[in-house]
Amino acid sequence: MSDATLSSPSTTATPRNIPDRLHRRGARALKSWEFLLALVAVAIFVINCFASPYFLDPWNLSDATFNFTELGFIAFPMAMLIIAGEIDLSVASIIAITSTLMGAAAAAGAGVGLLVAIGLGTGLICGAFNALMVTGFGLPSIVVTIGTMSLYRGFSYIILGSNAYTDYPAGLAYFGQGYVFWVFSFELVLFVALAIAFAILLHATRFGRAVYAIGNNPVGARFSGIRTGRIKAILFLLTGLLSGVAAICLTSRLGSTRPSIAFGWELQVVTMTVLGGVSILGGSGSILGVVLAALVIGLVTFGFGLLNVPGIVMSIFIGLLLIGVIALPRLYARLKPRVAARRG
Amino acid sequence: MNITRKTFLRGLTTATLAAGLMMTTSAMAQAKEMRIAVVVKALGIGFFDAVDKGAEKAASELGDVKIIYTGPTNTTAEGQIQVINSLIAQHVDAIAISANDQDALVPVLKKAMKRGITVISFDSGVAKAGREMQLDDSSTPLIGKTLIKMAADNMPDGGEVAVLSASATATNQNAWIDAMKIAMKADYPKIKLVSVVYGDDLSDKSYRQAQGLIKKYPDLKTIIAPSTVAISAASQAVEDAKMTGKINVTGLGLPSQMAAHVKTGASKSFALWNPIDLGYAATMVAYNLAAKKAKAAPGAKIGMGKMGDTTLNKDNVGVMGKPFVFDASNVDKYAKMF
Repeated sequence: MSDATLSSPSTTATPRNIPDRLHRRGARALKSWEFLLALVAVAIFVINCFASPYFLDPWNLSDATFNFTELGFIAFPMAMLIIAGEIDLSVASIIAITSTLMGAAAAAGAGVGLLVAIGLGTGLICGAFNALMVTGFGLPSIVVTIGTMSLYRGFSYIILGSNAYTDYPAGLAYFGQGYVFWVFSFELVLFVALAIAFAILLHATRFGRAVYAIGNNPVGARFSGIRTGRIKAILFLLTGLLSGVAAICLTSRLGSTRPSIAFGWELQVVTMTVLGGVSILGGSGSILGVVLAALVIGLVTFGFGLLNVPGIVMSIFIGLLLIGVIALPRLYARLKPRVAARRG
Repeated sequence: MNITRKTFLRGLTTATLAAGLMMTTSAMAQAKEMRIAVVVKALGIGFFDAVDKGAEKAASELGDVKIIYTGPTNTTAEGQIQVINSLIAQHVDAIAISANDQDALVPVLKKAMKRGITVISFDSGVAKAGREMQLDDSSTPLIGKTLIKMAADNMPDGGEVAVLSASATATNQNAWIDAMKIAMKADYPKIKLVSVVYGDDLSDKSYRQAQGLIKKYPDLKTIIAPSTVAISAASQAVEDAKMTGKINVTGLGLPSQMAAHVKTGASKSFALWNPIDLGYAATMVAYNLAAKKAKAAPGAKIGMGKMGDTTLNKDNVGVMGKPFVFDASNVDKYAKMF
C-alpha cells in the first residue's frame, strides 16, 4: 500500500532498527495489534461479568462510559498530533481555563448557547496559541505545551483563587448529564460520532495521509509538497477545540468549576493514545486503536471500581498495560529473527 | 424520564426479591446486610485510615453492617465521582463522604440519592443540595471550652495564661479564642488572660513569639496555642528555655508532632478531633438514616451510638462533639495514625 511506498527506501536494508517501522511493514501487524486490544477488551468484559453481579446492567455500563468519554474526545486529535510527531500537554489546562471563562460568563448571566460558544472559542484560541508557538516560531511542541500547561491553568488560579463558579443555567446540564435515548448519554453518542469523524479524517482523506507522511519523515513530506506547518497548525487547533468540547461536557457534569478541574488529565489522554497503539515516535497508529484503548481503560476502571479495588492498583494495572504495549512490539522484533534463524 | 424507568426497574427487582423472600429465608440474610461506603479524600492518608477503624468499630457493634472503605488515589473531585459512580452501580445502602470539592460532587451525589442511597458528608462537607446531612468534627463553643479546660486542669489555683495563635485575621482561630474567653469568664474566674500573640503559622515566628511570652511574663503558667504549628513551636520554646514543669503548653495539635513534647512534659495535654470517633459517629448516623430509624431534618436528633446524639441545625449540619484530648496515656497510639 502507500505505506510501503513511503518507506520503501528503507525496507530492503535497515541500518537502524526503529521499532515503529514494524507496524508499517504491512497492514497485517497493525491490524493484529488492534485485534489483540479488542481481545483484551472482551476478556476484561467477560472477567467483569463473573467478578461482579452489578456489572451487566445497562445503566451501570452507561455510567461507566463517563470514565472515558471526555478523555476520548481529546485523545482523537491527540492521536493525530502524535502521529504527526508533535504532542500537546496543555489539554487539561485548556479545560481549566475554558471552564473558568464559562463560569465567569455564566455568573454574568450568559445563556447556554453563549456558554457553548465561549467554550469552543476558548479551546480554539488556546490551540491557536500553541500552533503559533510551534509552527510559527519553530519551537519544540513538548516545551511549548509544558509552558502553556502552566500558563492556562495559571490564569484559572488567578481568576478563581480558592473560589468556585457554581451558578450554571439548568440547560447546560444536558451535555454532561443528559441522555439521547435510553441509556445512551449525550457524551457517549458524541464519542461515537467523533470517533467516526476522526477515523474518516485520518484514514480516508488526503489530509490524513499527509499526517502520516509528516510523522514518518517531516523533511521528505515538505519536499513532496505537503504544507507541514499548516497541517500541524490545524492539528493543534483541533486539539484545542476538542479540549473545549471536553471542558463543556465536564463542566456540565460537575455543575461547577474550580481551578483544579481535570488536573492530570493530559497524561491520561496520552496514556489512552499510546495504549491504542499510536507510536509515541510518530508515524503510526489508528483511531480504532484509540477507541479500543478507551474501552479497555473504561472497563478496567469500572470493573475494579465495582470490586472496590483501591485506585492505586488500577494505576499499576494501566501502567503495566502501557509498558506491555510499548515493550511487546520491540520484544517481537528482537525475537522474530532468532526464531526464524533457528527454524532456518 | 430515564430515572423513572430506572426506579421502575428497581421497583421490579425489589418486588421479585420480595417474592423470593417468601420462599427462602437464606435470601433474607443477604438482603438484610447493610453496606455503608466510607468515601475519603484519598487513600493512604493516616487520618482517614483511622476513620476507617472507627467505621469498622461501629459496624461490628451494629452487626449487620459491611463497611466499604474507598477513595481516589489523588485528592480530586473527578476521582471521587468515579468512585461514587461505582458505588451507585453496586447499590450500596449509604455513602458517607469527606469531600474534595463541596460543589463538584453535588450532581453525582444527587443521582445517588435519587436511586435511594442515603448520603451524608463528614469532616469536609458537601453543599446542602448534595447530602442529607453533614457531620462536623466539633463546634466553635466546644473547642473554646476544651481549650480553657485543658489549661485549667493543670493550674488548679488559677494564674496567668497567654494565647499564641496563627494570624490575626485567621477566622477559625479568632472564633475559637472568643469562645474560649466566654467560657473562661463563666467558669474559670481565677484564670487571667495576659496576652494574645500571633505567629502567622510559621514555625520560626511562632517560636520567637513564644520566647517573648516566656520572658515578658515570669508568672506565666500556660500557653494556649490553637494551631498545630504554634503548639509545637511553643513546646519547643518552653523546652529550650528550661521552663518545662513551670509553663504548660496546650491547644490544638497533631499527635504525631506532639508525642515528643508530651514525653518531655512541656505539654501535659492537647486536643484535636479524633478520627476514630469521627468514623464511628459517621457510620452510626449513616446507619440510622439508611435504616429509617431517623430522618435528616432541621432540629432532628440522630443517634451516634455510644457517642450520644447529634442535633441538626437549619442547614442539616450536626456536630459530633467536643475535641478529643490527647495526653501521655494515649498520644503514642494516635501518633502512629496522624
